[in-house]
Amino acid sequence: MRHIISLLMENESGALSRVAGLFSARAYNIESLTVAPTEDPTLSRMTIVTSGSTDVIEQITKQLNKLIDVVKVQDLTDGSHIERELMLVKVRATGEQREEMKRLTDIFRGRILDVSDKTYTIELTGPVSKLDAFLDSVEAANILETVRTGASGIGRGDRIMKI
Amino acid sequence: MELTGAEIVVSCLRDEGVKHLFGYPGGAVLNIYDEIYKQTAFQHILVRHEQAAVHAADAYARATGQVGVAIVTSGPGATNAVTGIATAYMDSIPMVVISGQVPTAAIGQDAFQEVDMVGITRPCVKHNFLVRDIHDLATTIKMAFYIAATGRPGPVVVDIPKDVTQHSCKYEYPKTISMRSYNPTSKGHAGQIKKAAQMLLDAKRPMVYTGGGVVLGNAAPQVTELVRMLGYPATSTLMGLGGYPSPDPLFLGMLGMHGTIEANMAMQHCDVLLAVGARFDDRVIGNPKHFAKEARRIIHIDVDPSSISKRVRVDVPIVGEVSQVLDEVIKLLRADPAKPDAQALQAWWAQIELWRAQDCLKYDRGSALIKPQFVVEKLYEVTRGDAYVTSDVGQHQMWAAQYYKFDKPRRWINSGGLGTMGFGLPAAMGVQMAHPEAMVACITGEGSIQMNIQELSTCKEWNMPIKVILLNNGYLGMVRQWQEFFYDKRYAESYMNSLPDFVKLAEAYGHIGMTIDKPEDVEPALRDAFGKYKDRLVFLNFLTDPRENVFPMIPAGKGLSEMILL
Repeated sequence: MRHIISLLMENESGALSRVAGLFSARAYNIESLTVAPTEDPTLSRMTIVTSGSTDVIEQITKQLNKLIDVVKVQDLTDGSHIERELMLVKVRATGEQREEMKRLTDIFRGRILDVSDKTYTIELTGPVSKLDAFLDSVEAANILETVRTGASGIGRGDRIMKI
Repeated sequence: MELTGAEIVVSCLRDEGVKHLFGYPGGAVLNIYDEIYKQTAFQHILVRHEQAAVHAADAYARATGQVGVAIVTSGPGATNAVTGIATAYMDSIPMVVISGQVPTAAIGQDAFQEVDMVGITRPCVKHNFLVRDIHDLATTIKMAFYIAATGRPGPVVVDIPKDVTQHSCKYEYPKTISMRSYNPTSKGHAGQIKKAAQMLLDAKRPMVYTGGGVVLGNAAPQVTELVRMLGYPATSTLMGLGGYPSPDPLFLGMLGMHGTIEANMAMQHCDVLLAVGARFDDRVIGNPKHFAKEARRIIHIDVDPSSISKRVRVDVPIVGEVSQVLDEVIKLLRADPAKPDAQALQAWWAQIELWRAQDCLKYDRGSALIKPQFVVEKLYEVTRGDAYVTSDVGQHQMWAAQYYKFDKPRRWINSGGLGTMGFGLPAAMGVQMAHPEAMVACITGEGSIQMNIQELSTCKEWNMPIKVILLNNGYLGMVRQWQEFFYDKRYAESYMNSLPDFVKLAEAYGHIGMTIDKPEDVEPALRDAFGKYKDRLVFLNFLTDPRENVFPMIPAGKGLSEMILL
């Protein structure tokens, strides 16, 4: 099953490689990983999207907790949560496609950030599944380039992860 | 007053109470060595290869419970230390390794003797640090010792660039340290402890399974008390030997791949299993699917939450210091008027005695060749079970574990997790430095001893009266055994011809060497080694039966009740 794990860790050099190294050394899946400092610059917040059986996810959270730099670990999938990912996608936009692409972007509530005579560069934000759906609805040959950030997640309501 | 970084390193070690430091100098640590030269708080033991420094520091920690300390230079010094660091990591040994690094401005420039030590050691340390600023130096060293020794112990590397050892700042060694990201659990959950005590009382076929955590967590007295109080059978992993007195009738011997029938069968067929400081690894329970075929309830006490439910689902997990948790369990059992079911226990013991009666550790005592088991038994007799025994890795290690009946913790010192050949001799050095008056024996093979044989020179320099017990069968014995059983006797590269003359070799290093080739000479040779030559290093080259195998044996991937017997 897919899980979204959030963690707070010391914002030290090498901290990211400890997490990445743990996943590869123990053969855990890693679908995406995002990281940036929080409002407290000594702390980084990381969101990891992974998948595995209940036993594997339990081990992942335990092993993450064991890393000395990690301050807090939370499996967001345990409760209700919000996840968002940002994608920039460059598509072919010529002739009739031009109008078609514009409409599709509007339907997905995206924005066209850059225009050339042959291309659009579109910004889309949303849950991972929405970005996937957008890509599915564009003919593969018309997708020139995509860049995705990976999901960031946060708990809903009063569920707060802080130290 | 301001101190240089090198002075700070030495002051930190002094203030941490370090008495022995194992190491090897080089360019990046010259400033530190200059300060080592000037001080008298601790002794520095110069090894002949960095790997040995780390093994010695590791064994020093195993034998004393204190944090072992090693120092190496950058680049090749650091990479040579890695095997030693990984060895300590796999066995959860508290250790601090200080490595030199090229000056901060040269980091990343492919400078002479530069390696990314923090990167290389990341997967085999509990934690590591690169100290870029001298103002962080003392605190970092304090943190390293704190992290190494607390929770589930482990090695910590502190990588110090050369310029940091030259800079200066005010020195103050922190008395305590607190880290928001690291707070190891020490006390077990009271509710879980209660459940465990009840489950133990309800058992019909109980079993106590103890591991290295009992030795590391100083819980041998608690384990012994609990087992004796309940009259339950106990077994131990390779790493836990000595945690419960081996000669005791309640002790069923070691379990696992080369464990006894009675230990493995009782483990498989018990209805309540108490696991203490052990981690159900592949060499212990074999195939987890086979293990799970029999229903049993499991109580698992461990200081590391990630060890629990990793390979085997448990019913009552308890995270905490094993000694503290067992103290609580004992307290509850004492206060409880209920007693274990005596009738069920008697029937269980009757079954265990049937397994025990198979005498799975028997061997041919009439052989004209020296049997390796016989050497270990004689070593046990001659040292009255009171020696510190280090070992390398292979058949000799298993025979040492099976036949030297350890009755105290911290006496059996071997590389269990990583299985590092070359560990034994430097480990014996670490033990001998910690306990100068103690009998220290290194049980080894002719393959393993040659992996760190150069340390005979260090032993000479420090007059370490170690006894090297070489069980020389001319083969990489454990490899040969697997090839005999599982590869149709194709002995690929497991035969060692052109071995050195070990007697001359020992003499060349300034020690006493003996070759023993008859069973009747085994005991007299050992008596001489520990008697007449007790103040010397004696290298005993026992020419043993080349075809002897270690029994029982559970083939890899098989279950606990699928042993190959003699």
